[in-house]
Amino acid sequence: MSTIEVKNISKIFGPRPERAFKLLEQGMSKEEVQKKLGLVIGVYDISFEVKSGEVFVIMGLSGSGKSTLERLLNRLHDPTRGSIIIDGKDITKMDHKELIQFRRKAFSGMVFQNFAILPHRTVLGNVEFGLELHGIDKEKRQKRAREVIEVVGLQGYENSYPSELSGGMQQRVGLARGLALDADILLMDEAFSALDPLIRREMQDELLELQTKMKKTIIFVTHDLDEAFKIGDRIAILKDGKMVQLGTAEEIIVNPKDEYVRAFVEGLDRTGVFTAGTIMQPVKATAHVNDGLNTVLHKIRRAGLSSMLLVDSERKLHGYLKAEEVAEEVKKKSVDEEKKPDSSLIHTPETVHPDTQLTEVIELYSESAGPIAVVDDNNKLRGVIVRGAIIAALSKGYKPEDNGYTSETTADEKVE
Amino acid sequence: MLPFRIPIRDWISSMVDYLSTQFAVVFDSISDLVLFLVDNFKDGLLALHPLVLIVIIGLITYRMAGLTMAIVAVFGLFIVENIGLWIAFNETLALVLSAEVFVVVLGLPLGILAAGSDRFNGLIRPILDFMQTMPAFVYLIPAVMFFGLGLVPGVIATFVFAIPPLIRLTNLGIRQVPKELIEASDAFGATRTQKLLKVQMPVALPTVMAGVNQSIMLGLSMVVIAAMIGAGGLGADVLRGISRLQVGQGFEAGLAVVILAIILDRITAGFGQMKKPN
Repeated sequence: MSTIEVKNISKIFGPRPERAFKLLEQGMSKEEVQKKLGLVIGVYDISFEVKSGEVFVIMGLSGSGKSTLERLLNRLHDPTRGSIIIDGKDITKMDHKELIQFRRKAFSGMVFQNFAILPHRTVLGNVEFGLELHGIDKEKRQKRAREVIEVVGLQGYENSYPSELSGGMQQRVGLARGLALDADILLMDEAFSALDPLIRREMQDELLELQTKMKKTIIFVTHDLDEAFKIGDRIAILKDGKMVQLGTAEEIIVNPKDEYVRAFVEGLDRTGVFTAGTIMQPVKATAHVNDGLNTVLHKIRRAGLSSMLLVDSERKLHGYLKAEEVAEEVKKKSVDEEKKPDSSLIHTPETVHPDTQLTEVIELYSESAGPIAVVDDNNKLRGVIVRGAIIAALSKGYKPEDNGYTSETTADEKVE
Repeated sequence: MLPFRIPIRDWISSMVDYLSTQFAVVFDSISDLVLFLVDNFKDGLLALHPLVLIVIIGLITYRMAGLTMAIVAVFGLFIVENIGLWIAFNETLALVLSAEVFVVVLGLPLGILAAGSDRFNGLIRPILDFMQTMPAFVYLIPAVMFFGLGLVPGVIATFVFAIPPLIRLTNLGIRQVPKELIEASDAFGATRTQKLLKVQMPVALPTVMAGVNQSIMLGLSMVVIAAMIGAGGLGADVLRGISRLQVGQGFEAGLAVVILAIILDRITAGFGQMKKPN
């Protein structure tokens, strides 16, 4: 299990790169420095940490330095300044020999945009490539390679050459070549960008599924925000070699740091990002389990609702009551107005967890007539979903109100 | 313009004199090595009955270049045998193969070095240009100076003339290996040697083989010139045809050179495609 710690890393291409720092520190932009000194700024002063088992996405447009940043992590590029500490070892200080050993130990190689598989080798020969470099004997490495080929769904193609495979299949070979190794960190550079959209989605799903089993630390570079939000636990957004924002998908959507990020976020498919917790409304009025029929009717009328959720003193959800049914019951039993509602009046509402994705919420909504209650693991009522809120969340520039729940980490502090 | 003549000829002559006396041991051992190679090739080829050799060459051509070329090759070889040039033909083949052995043994490493270092590449490029633009006859002079007349200077001159394309194309082939493949092998923890043997050379192989093909063709073009300093073989028959105005005999020998060239060209061109699927 590996953790990666990147500290103030900079990469400047060109002769005597140190010259650029003074100008950059004065706040000069990338283009200005480039024009003045003829140096190309790859990345400038980026720091972050990647946790073990995390899918960390580096996002940015072309020229933003995202691929450069990835190549600094295994020192395909040597950083100009800063340090990268992996499992407590500073890789920027290693000599060539140590570096090769460390790459073998810590990295499951790399998956490339244009696959970078060897044209003169078969699928099997490509998948065993990493193991072969590490000096594993033929029988053992081929056995392992065959296993991985099956995992990525290429069984039957072991003896095919890359030129006989489709793009999607070639990238499966590229992925398998990495997965064949036991090392923890997998670098993926625009790995799915060259594939057509359908195959791309399929590969993303497969990667996520594999990840639940293998729990590697994946550093994934992409220019596609939908992809970034779909597979990334956290996303770093790069612009002109600098890191503009780092956070979870939700944090970035809810709170874009500047215009650049906001412009990105606007074009996004939101259903996969928002959760019930983000869009739920606080429950303004509830009926208590000890309330009599008359009190309930009174509460319902005052709130102007067609139904009302029923909770106990701990705000645990017991069901919901329909306004018309309660009114009829009150008419019938005009004698005993303080009688509690019968169990026949109490309906079971649809419930969702705050972490339920918006897509599922929409599905539920179209199926059920009653309210959708948001409850936590202890069946405690947290809020309700209103039709209007769903529609609002799908529109651009949506910013949820402070409803006491924005993300897992802050939920507990904010609930009263 | 100048009151004196710049004594280039004196410098060169005294340098050659100096080298040939001081490094006689070196030249002698090179000479022995060349003779050893040529003799063994020649004896090996001539030890076989012509029919056996024709079948072998036919099979190799079939494997590398297909049935049509194999038929052409076998037919050509029959003609060579029939017109009585069989021994000269094999002498020339031995000479070209020997020169090619030296070309590959020295040219491949030099090409690999040139691909790995811009500085070394910058250094040898003008030398290669010089070697290729210099008239082939000029090579004969130092070759004769150091090695006397006969087969050995013929092989040496052929070698010098034929080595540049292999160095150039090896260099080019390795430099043209896609950057992502190099990055991939680095990312997987390849050492320099592993990178060279498992990625760069295999991917560059078609280009390298084109270099081998080119150098063999250039070597063949030296056959007649090398015969002028006594290298023998088909070149000697061509020369004899010219000097005695025997047009027919000269043409026959020329035809045999062409047949050899076609066979060697097709076989080595096939090497480049061999490892590619379909």
